[in-house]
Amino acid sequence: MLITRSDVLDEGQSIFVKNLHDFVRDRLAFASSLIVLFFFLLALFAPLIAPHDPYDTDLMRRLQPPFWLDGGEISYFLGCDALGRDILSRLIFGSRISISIGLAVVFISVSIGTIAGLIAGYKKGVADILISRLCDILLGFPYLIFAIGLMAMMGAGFKNIILALAYKEWVEPCRVVRGETLAAREMEYVEAAKSLGASSKWIMFKEILPNILSPLIVVSTFRMAYVIITEASLSFLGIGVQPPTASWGAMVSDGREFIYDAWWISTFPGFAILILVLSINVGSQGLRDAFDPRFHR
Amino acid sequence: MKFSKILERFLQLIPVLLGISLIVFFMIELTPGDPVEIMLGDEISTPEQEASLRHEMGLDQPVHFRYYRFISNALVLEFGQSFYHRRPVIDLITERLPATIELTIVAMFIAIFTAVPLGVIAAIKKNSFIDKIATVGALFGVSMPAFWFGLILIMFFSVQFNLLPVSGRITYDLEVPNKTYLLLIDTLILFRLDSFFDALKHILMPALTLGLAMGAVLMRVTRTSMLEVMSQDYIVFAESKGLKRFRIICWHALKNALIPTVTVAALETGSLLGGNMIVETIFGWPGLGRLVVEAIFDRNYPIIQTAVLLYATTYVLMNFIADVLYTFLNPRVSL
Repeated sequence: MLITRSDVLDEGQSIFVKNLHDFVRDRLAFASSLIVLFFFLLALFAPLIAPHDPYDTDLMRRLQPPFWLDGGEISYFLGCDALGRDILSRLIFGSRISISIGLAVVFISVSIGTIAGLIAGYKKGVADILISRLCDILLGFPYLIFAIGLMAMMGAGFKNIILALAYKEWVEPCRVVRGETLAAREMEYVEAAKSLGASSKWIMFKEILPNILSPLIVVSTFRMAYVIITEASLSFLGIGVQPPTASWGAMVSDGREFIYDAWWISTFPGFAILILVLSINVGSQGLRDAFDPRFHR
Repeated sequence: MKFSKILERFLQLIPVLLGISLIVFFMIELTPGDPVEIMLGDEISTPEQEASLRHEMGLDQPVHFRYYRFISNALVLEFGQSFYHRRPVIDLITERLPATIELTIVAMFIAIFTAVPLGVIAAIKKNSFIDKIATVGALFGVSMPAFWFGLILIMFFSVQFNLLPVSGRITYDLEVPNKTYLLLIDTLILFRLDSFFDALKHILMPALTLGLAMGAVLMRVTRTSMLEVMSQDYIVFAESKGLKRFRIICWHALKNALIPTVTVAALETGSLLGGNMIVETIFGWPGLGRLVVEAIFDRNYPIIQTAVLLYATTYVLMNFIADVLYTFLNPRVSL
């Protein structure tokens, strides 16, 4: 194998730190992750940042345009919706829904997927067949359809969205972990741990897991983008987060009736989804390039 | 490629399809509350009516028996009655299916005919301006929520410039008698050009919305595989023979580079069907996706169940076709 300059580690430098350096050097990816961080902070401190109460209706301000148009006001920066609620404040609060659902679903599904993938890859045999078949079956459902079907049955609501998305979402991390584990179980360090008498639980979680963390992190971040778009789609269709809760998908849907006279209601929340998802995607690509050896340039 | 291999791969579909049917069946079981009461909704009903519906849905029978009945009925396309429409579910679905199929085909055409040339150019002129634009465009394509992109198109082409109609399949007074149920073909067969262009105008925005994400994926696949092929020995050899570059690209390279693209296109067509709920809702497209969304709000479980089963089956079959296609185009890979 050809050893390129960036593959050589400085003395005392860990691979993780070196990869992190590679990631930070990728300016576009780094900038994108800063944007993602910005959204996270927005979600975390929403009540402090939002200029108005996102649920405060004021019919005098019904369909008030953004400040740069006639009739707009600087204090209602992005205008108001059909009930006179401040769009900027609703956008800021809406980030809480997208991000908390994204994080919750990814956390649950990655945890389940990792355990299932480790067991399937390490134990092989019956466990592997059962888990892999289940993955095949779940992969047989187009993503959105599965979630829509579940939501239709379970009813809308915050907790149900997380469940509906997590039911299928664990498959992708599971497949990645299984593949990596299959390769890792043949490595010398696993052999060594085995001969020292380590239990399979120890080998799976203390030996293999830390070594396959990079691809796992990469797949988690990519899936986060997917989950956010799907949640927004469900809320757009009206079977996700219920009104009056501010969620970006529902806000786009609210504005549909008014595209002739109030374009801003739908445009801004959709744009927020685009920016957040785009940044996560670009950031994930950067992470993959830096952390996954197969993508090293 | 051996026939027995294809058969074997086909037989492997059976456990997957059975598993899918099991999950779809249990979706109803997951429903909180009494399905009969929910289906009857606000309608005033006598206990006899409730009992008869309960019997008709088989809810008075043990669960394994009901699953057996569900499967055996599904195999002969018998999905029960839609209580809300008072018609068989399968009729409602076949009625809406052509509109969805037409939309899917047009979306696929748009995606393939923009993504493949763009992907090839991006690969040949790697790191050029076009390559960067195409790569960034593809990233936007996968990150853009379809429902928002559709609305932006409407704001631009319908509201601002009044060029394209906002919703529907065809203008009311330009409708033509059904032959194939695909309007674009029907209007052409009957030489009704005014109707044809009207239908074309109606389908343009929904197809573009649906095709965007697929095009983005196809562009990336084409670019990657073209890059790989262009570095192969036989291409270098063809170049050193002094063949024209255009001929090398179109004849020698593209033939091999398109193998992954074709496979992914088949896969994506399966998942395209999943996206049409959103797109059909935005553009008021009278297809299957809208029927399902309407059914969700009417709590019309038989339709939802059937549609989910149908979507999943199509998706699995498209996966199978993609696999077979891949080995057919690339004999070095076996199933």
